[in-house]
Amino acid sequence: MKERLHELEREALEKIEQAGDLKALNDVRVAYLGKKGPITEVLRGMGALPSEERPKIGALANEVREAIQKALEAKQTKLEEEEVERKLAAEAIDVTLPGRPVKLGNPHPLTRVIEEIEDLFIGMGYTVAEGPEVETDYYNFEALNLPKGHPARDMQDSFYITEEILLRTHTSPMQARTMEKHRGRGPVKIICPGKVYRRDTDDATHSHQFTQIEGLVVDRNIRMSDLKGTLREFARKLFGEGRDIRFRPSFFPFTEPSVEVDVSCFRCEGHGCSVCKGTGWIEILGAGMVHPNVLEMAGFDSKTYTGFAFGMGPERIAMLKYGIDDIRHFYQNDLRFLQQFLRV
Amino acid sequence: MLVSYRWLGEYVDLTGVTAEQLADRITKSGIEVERVEALERGMKGVVIGHVLECEPHPNADKLRKCLVDLGEGEPVQIICGAPNVAKGQKVAVAKVGARLPGNFKIKRAKLRGEESNGMICSLQELGVETKVVPKEYAEGIFVFPSDAPVGADALEWLGLHDEVLELALTPNRADCLSMLGVAYEVAAILGRDVKLPETAVNENEESVHDYISVRVEAPEDNPLYAGRIVKNVQIGPSPLWMQARLMAAGIRPHNNVVDITNYILLEYGQPLHAFDYDRLGSKEIVVRRAKAGEMIVTLDDVERKLTEDHLVITNGREPVALAGVMGGANSEVQDDTKTVFIEAAYFTSPVIRQAVKDHGLRSEASTRFEKGIDPARTKEALERAAALMAEYAGGEVVSGIVEANTWKEEPVVVTVALERINGVLGTAMTKEEVAGILSNLQFSFTEDNGTFTIHVPSRRRDITIEEDIIEEVARLYGYDHLPATLPVAEAKPGELTPYQAKRRRVRRYFEGAGLFQAITYSLTSPDKATRFALETTEPVRLALPMSEERSVLRQSLVPHLLEAASYNRARQVENVALYEIGSVYLSKGENVQPAEKERLAGVITGLWHAHLWQGEKKAADFYVAKGVLDGLFALLGLSDRISYRPAKRADLHLGRTAEIVLDGKEIGFVGQLHPAVQKEYDLKETYVFELAFAELLNTEGETIRYESIPRFPSVVRDIALVVDDNVEAGALKQAIAEAGNPLLKDVALFDVYKGDRLPAGKKSLAFSLRYYDPERTLTDEEVTAVHERVLAAVEEQFGAVLRG
Ligand SMILES: [Zn+2]
Repeated sequence: MKERLHELEREALEKIEQAGDLKALNDVRVAYLGKKGPITEVLRGMGALPSEERPKIGALANEVREAIQKALEAKQTKLEEEEVERKLAAEAIDVTLPGRPVKLGNPHPLTRVIEEIEDLFIGMGYTVAEGPEVETDYYNFEALNLPKGHPARDMQDSFYITEEILLRTHTSPMQARTMEKHRGRGPVKIICPGKVYRRDTDDATHSHQFTQIEGLVVDRNIRMSDLKGTLREFARKLFGEGRDIRFRPSFFPFTEPSVEVDVSCFRCEGHGCSVCKGTGWIEILGAGMVHPNVLEMAGFDSKTYTGFAFGMGPERIAMLKYGIDDIRHFYQNDLRFLQQFLRV
Repeated sequence: MLVSYRWLGEYVDLTGVTAEQLADRITKSGIEVERVEALERGMKGVVIGHVLECEPHPNADKLRKCLVDLGEGEPVQIICGAPNVAKGQKVAVAKVGARLPGNFKIKRAKLRGEESNGMICSLQELGVETKVVPKEYAEGIFVFPSDAPVGADALEWLGLHDEVLELALTPNRADCLSMLGVAYEVAAILGRDVKLPETAVNENEESVHDYISVRVEAPEDNPLYAGRIVKNVQIGPSPLWMQARLMAAGIRPHNNVVDITNYILLEYGQPLHAFDYDRLGSKEIVVRRAKAGEMIVTLDDVERKLTEDHLVITNGREPVALAGVMGGANSEVQDDTKTVFIEAAYFTSPVIRQAVKDHGLRSEASTRFEKGIDPARTKEALERAAALMAEYAGGEVVSGIVEANTWKEEPVVVTVALERINGVLGTAMTKEEVAGILSNLQFSFTEDNGTFTIHVPSRRRDITIEEDIIEEVARLYGYDHLPATLPVAEAKPGELTPYQAKRRRVRRYFEGAGLFQAITYSLTSPDKATRFALETTEPVRLALPMSEERSVLRQSLVPHLLEAASYNRARQVENVALYEIGSVYLSKGENVQPAEKERLAGVITGLWHAHLWQGEKKAADFYVAKGVLDGLFALLGLSDRISYRPAKRADLHLGRTAEIVLDGKEIGFVGQLHPAVQKEYDLKETYVFELAFAELLNTEGETIRYESIPRFPSVVRDIALVVDDNVEAGALKQAIAEAGNPLLKDVALFDVYKGDRLPAGKKSLAFSLRYYDPERTLTDEEVTAVHERVLAAVEEQFGAVLRG
């Protein structure tokens, strides 16, 4: 009988193994574990056995039953899983089809550059000063040490509205206005971004409207070396660590000494390339120590206070940074241009 | 300013410094050298030849067959096409094997059957610009003086083994508009001496006062006027070296007298003018302002009408020169001129600038007067001119100088302490270093306990204050030696103003909503200036616009945004969504600054959303634009205070436009373009909006305050109300909300139906109403009571009935 039970177990497990679907499996269950199944039959024949054998055979029969039961359950789970997988496989989609687009716009490249520069200087303790684009001759020129008739002030370069009112030619008027507000007391630490206007014919390198960012620091004991350190910091943050700057002497009526500031070329690391025209340096700023006349006119004592100022063109910086070749792109608002400035 | 390296070498020892190195040093010290040009341009093998024979070419009318002695071997035959070639001339010959500019190699050749062993050259062929070639040689070959040595290096004789430095001068460095000025600068940079030209004038027995007198009636304009008479001059070419220097400096040689005045102009920076004394027509010079309507024909043969703004040199009756700008044709030096009156004067800048501006006439002379000359050198320049005319024009200098002189040299003395220099620059220079720099500049100074007292020479009119000296010291010390430090000050954090910070948030919102930021021009045309504007005034107009298209300041951003949309559409970019934040300019009257108000505007056209393979396609419509604005108002915490009212506005669709109202005040509009305007801009259905952005941002919105999350279930009831077609959903919704207050928390419209299943002139609006009490669970009875109240209210106010 023992053999018979083992044989039944083998047989059943084999059939379970072979069962291809839930119905076949159920047939196996009914065939082996049902009331009329062979195991029950075997147990029925136990009466013929000696009494000491009976419990052993009984126990064995239960083991066989359990083994078959377990195998049935395992197979059932497996078949069910396979069923689900089959169903899911039938639901498969093409994951390479395009996703539903999320509508995204982005800032104008000039805004990108301006905000980046604003943030750099805000991080150094500056505030952002904004002011009128239509200025008085006084703030645009006179307060900046450009009295009427000064050779550096060419009427032809400015959009005048009346003799005394014009479109500002730089954002420097905000320097004078801010200093006046401080009533001779430092420190002043501002940057002034904004639109400016010059009487230029629009072409690849000129625009009658463009943007500018100027900076001004006035306090006791401001040194030209502070200007150099500040601008080096700025250049490294904007163009990458390892950048260096150099000063070349220059002339602006509102600063003295005045310098042009070059940054070592970020493309070629100073070896010379088309971006830096082979010099290894790129001119990006004009700067200098605030002219004593400018300080005095704005109510600061030029013996106690010194200051530095600098100015740069976001268009030029954007053109350098992104390799843009024509300044007119900034004002045409061609979406094929604008949407190139999405990335972080 | 074009500076010949070799000429400069006459004033400063340039040994051991190449032109390139010099250029670099000059640039580093403050004057930008834009370029260094080698006049040789790769030329070699050009010699002075002697034309022994010159006869017509047997086979060509325009060619000549010349036999030319090149100073070595047999004379060679050269075919020449120049009209002015002639027997006996000394000419520049590019020999066989020579190279001309552009790597042009001269080979033995046959021209129309005749052998040619080289080329007789024009100056242009030797790389000289046509505009500086003497007129008589402009159309042909250059002819050397007869004493030029045959076989000698022609380039040497023409001064072409030289390099020219082009200086880009800033307005403060007018002193470097002269070779001597540049020499002082270079001497300071190199730490070397300046060798000044030596002048000795041999005068005859006659007195200048017997020839001429000078009277200046406008001493403000002309503080110093000096003159000399040189008689018995022989007009002819100036020496070749002088012509070569003039050409290198960009000035065309004319004749010896005129060339000498130009040479002195270059050397001293002092413009001179030579009058033909016999043609002056009087024995007096009177300098005065012109009379209104007075006429003069200048050297360029242009008749010019003068005003009282112009200064003229007269012979006591009529103008003979437009002072400081250009001489008159009536007194011009000509080939037969015998006696010359040389004028050396100091005209002040404003009167010259006015003349230049009014007559559009800028000359080497006027440029220098405009920028300011050094009157201390005026008479020295006059002396040198007289001496050179004696030497190179065979003249006889009449004894004495006539002058009218009200100019007082005011010595400029500047004191500056070493401490101040180091304090401003952040350096640690020693007294000795500063003293060394001042010495190199050839400034005389004394030093006492670290304080320098400096006597600034008159040639450096740009230096008047302490800071000027600090700059001189800094640039010659070298900015590369400046340390890099950061301002030492209390660390105060920087930040954006609340307005600036909010504006940035708004930008990011619009971009996140799918609009691209545009920046358009502020200047526009008069017809666009006030179009679409929320507020209008008389447009602010430029006094001198460059074009009508950019002649006035805008009062709305919309027209240029439409242009941008149109621009894109013309380039097959059909779907456009742009926004702009920028100022508009509203006049506040003449001669005052206009009000500048920041506006926010946008344009949306084409598809707003497309996901085509899944069948999604949403064209921009009114509600797309409105939805974007709703999001903005939510962002600003103003949603509950904003309402939209149907509006009729010019250029907009009369049925699809709303004015936007904040607290009862109009702050903007949103709407569809009028079809006619769409057509005008070549656009399809297009939506625009503009908001009074500054007002909006300056309105304090609702701030964030946490409300507890609902703890009790709410009850939702949907209703569909049938109303007349003209009932506004907004009004209906408001009535529902008011009637259901306070238990009715949300009213959301979820369906609008018009059509067959309703009577004509009716529509159905379906709302979802959510009732909620934060304190407890509402009973059905409570909700029903309120709900009935709502239904009664809308029936009463709008005749609304529940849709069956
Ligand atoms: Zn480079």
